[in-house]
Amino acid sequence: MLHQVLFIVFGAICVAGAINLVAQRHPINSALSLVVVMGSLALIYLLLGAEFVAAVQVIVYAGAIMVLFVFVIMLLNAGAEERTQGSRIAVLIGGPGVAVLTGVIVWTVMRNSQQFGGVLIGSMVEQGQDNTHGIANLLFKDFLLPFEVTSVLILIAIMGAVVLAARKESV
Amino acid sequence: MNSIGYNDYIRILPELVLTFFGILVMLIDPLLGRGSRKGLGILSLTGSFLAMAAGFYQINFHGPAWFGMVQVDSFSIFFHILIPCISAICILASLEYLDQQNIHSGEYYGLILFGTAGMVLMTSAVELVLIFIALEISSISTYILAGYRRSSAAGTESSIKYFLLGSFATAFFLYGVAMIFGATGSTSIPEIYKALNGATSGALVYIAVALMLIGLGFKVAFAPFHVWTPDVYEGAPAPVVALMSTGPKAAAFAVLLRVLFATAVPNDWIWLIWIAAALSMTLGNFGALIQNNVKRMLAYSSIAHAGYILVAFAAGREIGMAAAIFYTASYAAMNVGAFAVVSHFGGTGERYIDIEDYAGLGKRSPLLAFTLTIFLLSLIGIPLTGGFFAKYYVFNAALHSNLVWLTIIGVVNSAVAAYYYLRLIVMMYMREATVDAPPERVSPSMALALVLAAIGTIYLGVLPGYVLDSAHHGAQALKAGPFSKTVQPANNANAAPVQTLK
Amino acid sequence: MLDNNYFIRYLPLLIQVGVGIALAAVMVTLSHLLGKHKWTPAKNSPYECGITPTGDAQGRFSVKFYMVAMLFILFDVEAVFLYPWAVIARKLGMFGFWEMLVYIGLVLVGFFYIWKKGMIDWNKPERNEA
Repeated sequence: MLHQVLFIVFGAICVAGAINLVAQRHPINSALSLVVVMGSLALIYLLLGAEFVAAVQVIVYAGAIMVLFVFVIMLLNAGAEERTQGSRIAVLIGGPGVAVLTGVIVWTVMRNSQQFGGVLIGSMVEQGQDNTHGIANLLFKDFLLPFEVTSVLILIAIMGAVVLAARKESV
Repeated sequence: MNSIGYNDYIRILPELVLTFFGILVMLIDPLLGRGSRKGLGILSLTGSFLAMAAGFYQINFHGPAWFGMVQVDSFSIFFHILIPCISAICILASLEYLDQQNIHSGEYYGLILFGTAGMVLMTSAVELVLIFIALEISSISTYILAGYRRSSAAGTESSIKYFLLGSFATAFFLYGVAMIFGATGSTSIPEIYKALNGATSGALVYIAVALMLIGLGFKVAFAPFHVWTPDVYEGAPAPVVALMSTGPKAAAFAVLLRVLFATAVPNDWIWLIWIAAALSMTLGNFGALIQNNVKRMLAYSSIAHAGYILVAFAAGREIGMAAAIFYTASYAAMNVGAFAVVSHFGGTGERYIDIEDYAGLGKRSPLLAFTLTIFLLSLIGIPLTGGFFAKYYVFNAALHSNLVWLTIIGVVNSAVAAYYYLRLIVMMYMREATVDAPPERVSPSMALALVLAAIGTIYLGVLPGYVLDSAHHGAQALKAGPFSKTVQPANNANAAPVQTLK
Repeated sequence: MLDNNYFIRYLPLLIQVGVGIALAAVMVTLSHLLGKHKWTPAKNSPYECGITPTGDAQGRFSVKFYMVAMLFILFDVEAVFLYPWAVIARKLGMFGFWEMLVYIGLVLVGFFYIWKKGMIDWNKPERNEA
């Protein structure tokens, strides 16, 4: 019972933060709304029994990624955005399109909700296994190759950052 | 716990080689002063060729590795050889291009190598999480490569558009992976096969397949996920376009083949593919008709060719899969070649890329015009070129599966396509030159790239037997289903070669 | 389903979040209700005493800041993996040692690269601006 209440509360905060993020005109305000979204997501992970993911969410997303966002906003000297009318076609087609798509997905999910079965919240914790242990056992045995390959991904990101930031070539 | 053995390393050997050379480039580049990076280019070239050799070496090492993360079979080996080949030709074309454009950056080659490693890994990974990481590696390196023409606004536009839309598409793929995990409790393709085989699939599986189709559809640029292609191809450096219109596409098609044919998902996706194929061919070819910029024209043509490959998907069965695999190889040869010519002829800052600029090329540079003619004829599908057999097998497979209407649409489209390819050929041979400046001399490396691509195109058009056999073996390997039915310990040293290529 | 013990472990966290929100709300409300509102130009300036601020807070920053932030994230992500590894490092034994060594080795390649590229050298003139 308790976790359902908490889930709904933090879920609502998360959605509200996400809407505010899009609605705000100043990028810094949007970035701060994003912190709210990240924080409530971390709490939702915690409710699901994913303690490690929750901690990583706070450290990497709410901490590091947000710092980068704020840096980039400063770097670009971004001020409040101007409101434009936007494309009329986008509104005419996009609006109903979103509505129809959401409707179809909700309808499908509702109709088949029986098939999905219930998700056992935090079933790993239930089995008496520490969440971090569980992740570590997977990550460093079965998922060893993806783990090592991630470092290559990071190398590319480093190179990409250097290539994009260092204006060396006068093409 | 199984331990990691010799075979595990052999089964990711091309990736290891490419990563090793990528790291080497990364370590050497900062130590060099300013100036040309031709040496690093040649180093990368060596890496690509060695990776290709590693692909050949793997022929005797079929089997799963790394706790069922990757699987080497005839299917993945085909791409392990094809993709390093593509990047080798692209590097050859880049050697001249980078100096011409005054871009002195070793990272360029490093990104190509890492990206190639990602693409190669995509084709042998049988775990959706690993496929996702490999897809990201290949995508992120191409996002950055697309933006290498800094001075031109189109270059930056190209990179940003590709990045934003590409990340969006990757998110769709990831959602699909999450959904299929929800439906089957696993992200490993053999496990998914086991969970879905014979069971009735729920709504989650359908949503998952649809989402993954969207994500991969963007990567291979089939309609209606093709809108980015012309802008991105126009702004990106021509040798990079040569790479990204063939390499990541081949890899993404390989993933699509695995996801659709090796997981026992319900095959209701056929009609989605049917529509996408018809749309891609039609939109691609009619879009290309009105283009004045050669790069944009080839971009639309690449959308159309993705459509032809999808026809083979819709045909399904072994013959359809083999046709799709063969098509990726044949398309790679001719398209890499065509873009290599475009990159040479464009000149500094890619000035000459309109169709009118090609007027009189037949006289000004007979060799360049001749090779481009070969590639264009192959793109049309004229006999004696790879394009002919590729199209023939695709339509043959479609007819075998009674896809009469789709075949008719495809054939009509091929006829339409002939118009714009021929227009360029006519322009080269029958018009007087409008550009005074003679094209620069073809450097040896560019000449080698062109010759290799031309040989590949002609070879596939004259003697398609060997490659077609390999494609068939690949299709059989896919059809045979995932290895897990005969899971061998990863360190089993006598994992028998399942089948050797003829 | 999670039993209540799981939540009780995190109860302090919930209390802390609650106290944090409550404290902020109370402080703002109280100061609004109790304080006197007399605005003078000096009070409205960002710093009541000290250096007069020049220009906008939204000045342009050097791209070096971005580089540092970006690299921080990349190494942060890498460091996160060390935690679950440390949890089972003993159990993994030498196998775990080697796998982490390879991983860290690849990270070091990246570190060497940015170092030699001068990306973390703040005193270096921006010779790259061409």
